[in-house]
Amino acid sequence: MQTAVIRFPGTNREKDVVMALEHATGHAPRVIWHKDASFPDVDLIVLPGGFSYGDHLRAGAMAAHSPVMKEVVRQAEKGVAVLGICNGFQILTEAGLLPGALLRNAGLKFVCRDVCLRIETAESPFTTGYQNGQVIQVPVAHHDGCYYADDEELKRLRDEERIAFRYCSAQGGQDNRSNPNGSRDEIAGILSASRRILGLMPHPENATEPLQGSTDGSGLFDGLTRALN
Amino acid sequence: MKARIHVTLKPGVLDPQGKTISHALGALGFEGVEEVRQGKYLELDLKESDPEKARAEVDEMCRKLLANTVIENYQVEIEA
Repeated sequence: MQTAVIRFPGTNREKDVVMALEHATGHAPRVIWHKDASFPDVDLIVLPGGFSYGDHLRAGAMAAHSPVMKEVVRQAEKGVAVLGICNGFQILTEAGLLPGALLRNAGLKFVCRDVCLRIETAESPFTTGYQNGQVIQVPVAHHDGCYYADDEELKRLRDEERIAFRYCSAQGGQDNRSNPNGSRDEIAGILSASRRILGLMPHPENATEPLQGSTDGSGLFDGLTRALN
Repeated sequence: MKARIHVTLKPGVLDPQGKTISHALGALGFEGVEEVRQGKYLELDLKESDPEKARAEVDEMCRKLLANTVIENYQVEIEA
């Protein structure tokens, strides 16, 4: 499986993603600077976390309209899988590849801690490495992660089983600490209608080595590798 | 020609910053504030001299970049 990781000015989590992808696929991803003229043939494009363009105007807004994103949209239309993590999720919503928007955290603070996620659907290349209802522990690190979609959009996401991950307690339920940012319907990650695009606020790439305190994120990268090979 | 743009959160979209400002005003003794909604204000200097063309262009700018119409409304004033 060949992969590409896109880097914008202000991206800062690309190395973490590169390590996780290399570990899972056995191949080093191509790291694409946003101004690179050519785009490689790949099976998966990753938009990593960070603060592209300093979060100016709105998080992800500037990156979403950069030339390289036009290429990402073209690739996505061809069926190439796209994964947006944290700032990458914000960019995907701003670019219109995923519905909704990410607002300032309800508690107004930058939240950096481990959270628990419940796998809501294993029916996607991104979640096929997990079981429905499985609870995993991965970190979040963001200021603008409060997922918002209007009632109609939320209903569509639920009806089409496109909510991939929900924040939950360690037991899989809800408590007053489980939702770190006030996201509607506890949403941590969603799929496109094609199920080939995933955006999520948490960082599965930072839970792929025992040293990181959890290896629960490996399921995403290992599952992806099996699904896309 | 100048364009003045107000970008505001749609009704129903959570505005924790507005809520915090409202609490702060209450703490300062301003008890008559029922709700605060925080938004953005942008001023654009435009080359265009036809107000109708300027408005159409700024409207497109708002839809494409300056506002996120999933969560925000915008209002444009054109000043000759």
